[in-house]
Amino acid sequence: MQLINPNSKIDFLGKRKIALGISAFMLFISLIALVPSIRGLNFGIDFTGGSLVEVQFKQAPNIADIREAISPAGYGHAIIQTFGSPEEIIIRVQNKGNSDSSSVSTAILSALKNKFGDQQIDMRRVEFVGPQVGEELTKAGISAVGIAMLAILVYVTFRFELRFALGADAALLHDVMIVLGVFALLGKEFSLPVVAAILAVIGYSLNDTIVVFDRIRENLAANSKLKNPLDEVDVCNASVNQTLSRTLMTSFTTLLVVFALFFLGGEVIHGFAFALLVGIGVGTYSSIFIASPIMLSLAGRFRSSDEELAEMDARP
Amino acid sequence: MHAYPRWKIWLILITLVLSVMASLPNVTSVPSWWPSSLSKPMNLGLDLKGGIHLVVDVDVDVAVAHNVEEEVSTVRSILRQHKIRYKKLDAKGHSILLTLKNSSDHEKALALLKDALPKYSVEGQGGSFVFTVTEAEAKEIKHNAVEQSIEVIRQRIDALGTTEPVIARQGERRILVEIPGFNDSAAAKALIGRTAVLEFKLVDEKGDLDQALQGNIPPGDIIVYGKEEIRNGKPFKQPYLLKKRTELSGSLVADARVSIDSRYNEHAVTLKFNSKGARTFDRLTKAHVGERFAIILEGEVNSAPVIRERISGGSAQITGSFTASEAHNLAIVLRAGALPAPVKIVEERSIGPSLGQDSIDEGFNSIIIGSIMVLIFMLIYYKLFGLVANIALIFNMLLIVAVMSMIGATLTLPGMAGIVLTIGMAVDANVLIFERIREELNIGKTPLAAIDSGYAKAFSTIVDANITTLIAAIVLFQFGTGPVKGFAVTLSVGIIASMFTAIMVTRAIIALTTENRGRIKKLSI
Repeated sequence: MQLINPNSKIDFLGKRKIALGISAFMLFISLIALVPSIRGLNFGIDFTGGSLVEVQFKQAPNIADIREAISPAGYGHAIIQTFGSPEEIIIRVQNKGNSDSSSVSTAILSALKNKFGDQQIDMRRVEFVGPQVGEELTKAGISAVGIAMLAILVYVTFRFELRFALGADAALLHDVMIVLGVFALLGKEFSLPVVAAILAVIGYSLNDTIVVFDRIRENLAANSKLKNPLDEVDVCNASVNQTLSRTLMTSFTTLLVVFALFFLGGEVIHGFAFALLVGIGVGTYSSIFIASPIMLSLAGRFRSSDEELAEMDARP
Repeated sequence: MHAYPRWKIWLILITLVLSVMASLPNVTSVPSWWPSSLSKPMNLGLDLKGGIHLVVDVDVDVAVAHNVEEEVSTVRSILRQHKIRYKKLDAKGHSILLTLKNSSDHEKALALLKDALPKYSVEGQGGSFVFTVTEAEAKEIKHNAVEQSIEVIRQRIDALGTTEPVIARQGERRILVEIPGFNDSAAAKALIGRTAVLEFKLVDEKGDLDQALQGNIPPGDIIVYGKEEIRNGKPFKQPYLLKKRTELSGSLVADARVSIDSRYNEHAVTLKFNSKGARTFDRLTKAHVGERFAIILEGEVNSAPVIRERISGGSAQITGSFTASEAHNLAIVLRAGALPAPVKIVEERSIGPSLGQDSIDEGFNSIIIGSIMVLIFMLIYYKLFGLVANIALIFNMLLIVAVMSMIGATLTLPGMAGIVLTIGMAVDANVLIFERIREELNIGKTPLAAIDSGYAKAFSTIVDANITTLIAAIVLFQFGTGPVKGFAVTLSVGIIASMFTAIMVTRAIIALTTENRGRIKKLSI
């Protein structure tokens, strides 16, 4: 069976302006969405610090009743949400001053038990991140993404050439920004596992890009031996076409399993699976449409259009 | 095509057998003759089996300050012993400040104190000194404070009777505490967070408490408050005027047990002193009959009973309207001893048992469903070659489980997600090879030549692509904590395993099935 025509000759690089336009638009929206005063990322307690209590009730409770139960303990301002099902409740509280915040969850749990009865509720999860730890995790997250990109830049430069490495990193940055933008736009919680997913997306998207680059390198080497070498742009176009079927097949099989994770993996890793889903989609697109054009334009390999040439001729 | 090297086939077979053997302990118990390195099942992370995960920060600066304060008493007694009079003697941070009355004593004091405080640097002239703890010594004190805290916390947690708790140093001043299978987070935190500093001080019966509360505290005395209680509808803390000197401390306690206070029929804790403690207690009660004796627990006066008679048995009772569990916890922390410095819980991630089980089920379901979909797709899309890739994929999963079990890695929920992701990526290598073979067939190569060049040409691509993913996984491992680290582990193991199965195993299967069939006209790809 073959879904993709092995002899496809789609002019991907010719459509680079459209693709770059689309990407610029998506990046623009993402950047706007990431501005804290406009939308910003909805950071989870991993980064902001705070307490989270997840409890499962025997019968779906009323949110107002829960708020009433924990108000006397001083947590009336807590964020109370259902999580996956109406019986499952998550209560989030920010850290406050210097009080011993690790006891917040204890106070909330005992207030709930007092109001609803010990048998009614089941402690599912308690998380507490102190303010200092939150700061440390934020720094660690940022430096991890930075270090990963840098290490990849070094490896790809070593294995290919600098322009390939820059093209690959540009595609990565593009993917990461868009995943972040989607999280900001949808207000999805940005937690530590999401950072892990972003690193996985970096690995995956790069994997895709490398396969295309590898073919470009192979074809360029063969091309340089020809009597009448083709233009590099055409070689790249042919390479993207040759690897197209593989790129789409792999993305498809990976998306299959990530969909399984997204729908069956449970609420706890929903955000993680979502980040992978978006990242793999964008990563596939960028390795076809973004990485190669950027790599080539860094080397100044695009012929100028006829109009531009005419304009240049017209100059004194 | 040349005959496929036999040693590779043997390598694959041995790996297969070892993988099956190492994976088996995860499904069933293995006989006793089973090699011990292959008999361990995978560790489940706390997010899967449920339990308490705490990170405790030790306030090591307080440990240094304590140390400095103790040395102040040393300085005081040396100066007294040699009849050197001083105007000021204080601890301030990492330093001891001393001013002598007569600057003529400077040299004498310097010589004596230099000997007494070998780990302090000294500055000073004209009868004024500043002794400062050396960097190395401060570091040593901090290090010891964390080590001691680990020991104390371990004893307290062991008293809970749970299996395999993990108590380990994390970084410079933090302690990681993991208690699998335990879900009373409040009890665990209460037990760990207590400093459990126990002190016995005499009440200054001659001093005037009211005057002292005005600010005229008699020299050598301090004011310590009792527990907060409600009096006349208002919160109130009873003040006590005590002698500064600590007569007895918790370090002399040999044992602490829950008992019933016979007078009020309440829960209490009975302390048993060690021989040194018993002797001190005996001497003290003999000399101070009729006076009050304050028991100070964690900076609050617990009670101040009157000494009615000499007590020589070496035991004392702490009362205070405790509930059964309060008394139980107090006995545990007093037995384990005091923490050398205050601790604070800075991170908690505790998972209830029901959520852990749900996560196992959901993670397992997504692995099964995800792989079935991929297996079906590969079979449809690449026919017989797809079947070969599928065999390799199953081998790959077996290998991941085997390696994870053998290296004692911990499987977490994100780790299961890593396995799911690996399934998707493991077939990538085969997709690359098969697509390449198809291309080679399209340009007119014979089937066997197409297979050969397909594998050869795809190889470097696969290596490059996988190494870059591996870089991301290694960075993740470096920075991640707990469950996230588990994702990095399964992803790395999965990538490496997939290189073996997707390249070597599929090649061997294809080689063996095509070897003796003469000319093959068409490939089922």
